[in-house]
Amino acid sequence: MRRRLWIALALGLLFGLGGLAGLIDRFGNGHINANYGSGVPWALWVVFYIYFIGLSAGAFLISSLVYVFGVRRFERVGRLAVFTALICLITALSFIWLDLGHMFRAYRTILNPNFRSPMAWMIWLYSGYFLILLGEGWFLMRRDFAAMRAQGGVRGRLLGVLAFGTRPDTGQGQARDLRVVRVLGTIGVPLAVAFHGGVGALFAVLASRPYWNTGLFPVMFLISALASGGALLTAITQLLFNRDGSFDDEVRSLGRLVLLLLFVDVIMEIAEILISLYPSSPAHRAPFEEQMFGPYWWTFWILGLGMALVGPSIGLFVARRSPRWIGLLSLVAVIGFVGVRWNIVLPGYANELIPGLNMAYAETKLSLAYSPANMEWLVVSGAIGAALVFFVAGAWLFPLLGREQGKKVEDTLSTAGLADLAVKEVE
Amino acid sequence: MRYGLVIDLGRCTGCGACAVACKGENATPPGVFWSRVHIYETGTYPHAKLRFLPTLCMHCDEPACEKACPTGATWVRHGGIVMVNNEQCIGCGYCVWACPYQARALNREEARPYHPAHGCTPFEKLGYVAHAKGLIEKCTFCAHLLDRGEQPACVATCPSRARIFGDLDDPESEVARLIAERHPRARLPELETRPKVFYLGGC
Repeated sequence: MRRRLWIALALGLLFGLGGLAGLIDRFGNGHINANYGSGVPWALWVVFYIYFIGLSAGAFLISSLVYVFGVRRFERVGRLAVFTALICLITALSFIWLDLGHMFRAYRTILNPNFRSPMAWMIWLYSGYFLILLGEGWFLMRRDFAAMRAQGGVRGRLLGVLAFGTRPDTGQGQARDLRVVRVLGTIGVPLAVAFHGGVGALFAVLASRPYWNTGLFPVMFLISALASGGALLTAITQLLFNRDGSFDDEVRSLGRLVLLLLFVDVIMEIAEILISLYPSSPAHRAPFEEQMFGPYWWTFWILGLGMALVGPSIGLFVARRSPRWIGLLSLVAVIGFVGVRWNIVLPGYANELIPGLNMAYAETKLSLAYSPANMEWLVVSGAIGAALVFFVAGAWLFPLLGREQGKKVEDTLSTAGLADLAVKEVE
Repeated sequence: MRYGLVIDLGRCTGCGACAVACKGENATPPGVFWSRVHIYETGTYPHAKLRFLPTLCMHCDEPACEKACPTGATWVRHGGIVMVNNEQCIGCGYCVWACPYQARALNREEARPYHPAHGCTPFEKLGYVAHAKGLIEKCTFCAHLLDRGEQPACVATCPSRARIFGDLDDPESEVARLIAERHPRARLPELETRPKVFYLGGC
């Protein structure tokens, strides 16, 4: 395994073990040591849930550029994008699962759904998306699994089991599989758009919260998902896999795509902020004032605006030829997007439709003053650590960059008949 | 039949007996309030005035919380009372955000005694059975009392008779007459949730 993957594994273990105490607390004591309550019912874990869901949707939509729209420029990172999307989806759902009051009743959203609730739509869309990701990943790699079975060892044996009786490529097989992937991806694109736009709608439909109740929200969610997911894929490709410059072209192309998406995201943010600050209605203005000048001002100015949007936009434009800078700036953007997500969820409580109601009684869990408890941060650390460990395990086990990792893979798209769809690339 | 409540703010003295009676009747644990009295000030000295706004679940005809609930745990029972099915609630908290009246409580902890040094009283032990952790809670208009032909605890206890409760669909009921004659206002009518709790007088 590459040295950089070992470093990622060490980081994952560090975060994971550090967060173990939080997970033990959460499972042992429930929500007692958390700082959210009736006043702020959704807090830090919901921030990270929409953060990871965005990363997943973004990474998946970039993989669909390859497998649905035939953009061959990103062909070699297609599998990596699908796998990244899967890990991010599982991490996101872990966060929301931990946030539930009754975790073990989560299945009821499937068995007894109320389809008038956007949250029920989400669960069904996630389930479909999860199956699409599994199916796509398997059909992309199953011929390689079968071929690598012969290598023996733990890896060979595991992949042999996961091949589920598939035979190594006979020439036609891979092309057939890619056609299946194209069908799955074609179903997956509207699913990904629907569920992530839908996460935006989950907030936007609440007429009781004017801060969220805007038609811009679902679109903003999608754009920032694409930007953050693209940045994550760029950072992973450069920092973990581009050891000898063999992925320089992909990193540069991804960097340009991320730059474009960040630019659109900045325009969206400006539109939302200006429109909300202009009218005198406190219901719209107060949450923005809270995020800009409240106790967590730095999540808006430093994380959100500085690290996620403006900084990387300028940096990616100036250093657009340097894969190393592109990877680093993408990583900075990925971290900064936590601030963007924070400021979607938490300022929502800054305005009450009946002002002062939550002050009617002095009780901590009714208060609107929220700052995450140590337990909440530890759980975040644990979940991110677990995600890193699973990612490294997957990167070791699966041929994410093709069977001969790092070298150009065969011209599989053209054998699958997908070349007709290829978008003409402008060099 | 649709149960409804008119709160006459002109009569309300802000004593808080409704909130205490609710706690007593429903044994809600610390941190969980189904009925509250918001005390606030308007105007500036020398014209400052103390005002009281009792709040509870508005038992809307078009409840935003029911629409938001992903499992159908929030439902509307006979009489138009918005209820939560404890067996179906997953504790996601979406209804808490959806309710514009902040009438829902997130009870994510094990119900704790009011006086921890003494442990749970027999009353708390008995009452807390209905307050399992991890669930969302709210006012039920004391549905168990209505089934016995009694009034909700907050209505029965109000010393200034500021709360008038009854069937909105019965034109002879006091509550229906009050609505027809004095046109009390519902909170946030622009959201079209059609609350069944109305307020008389300035607030």
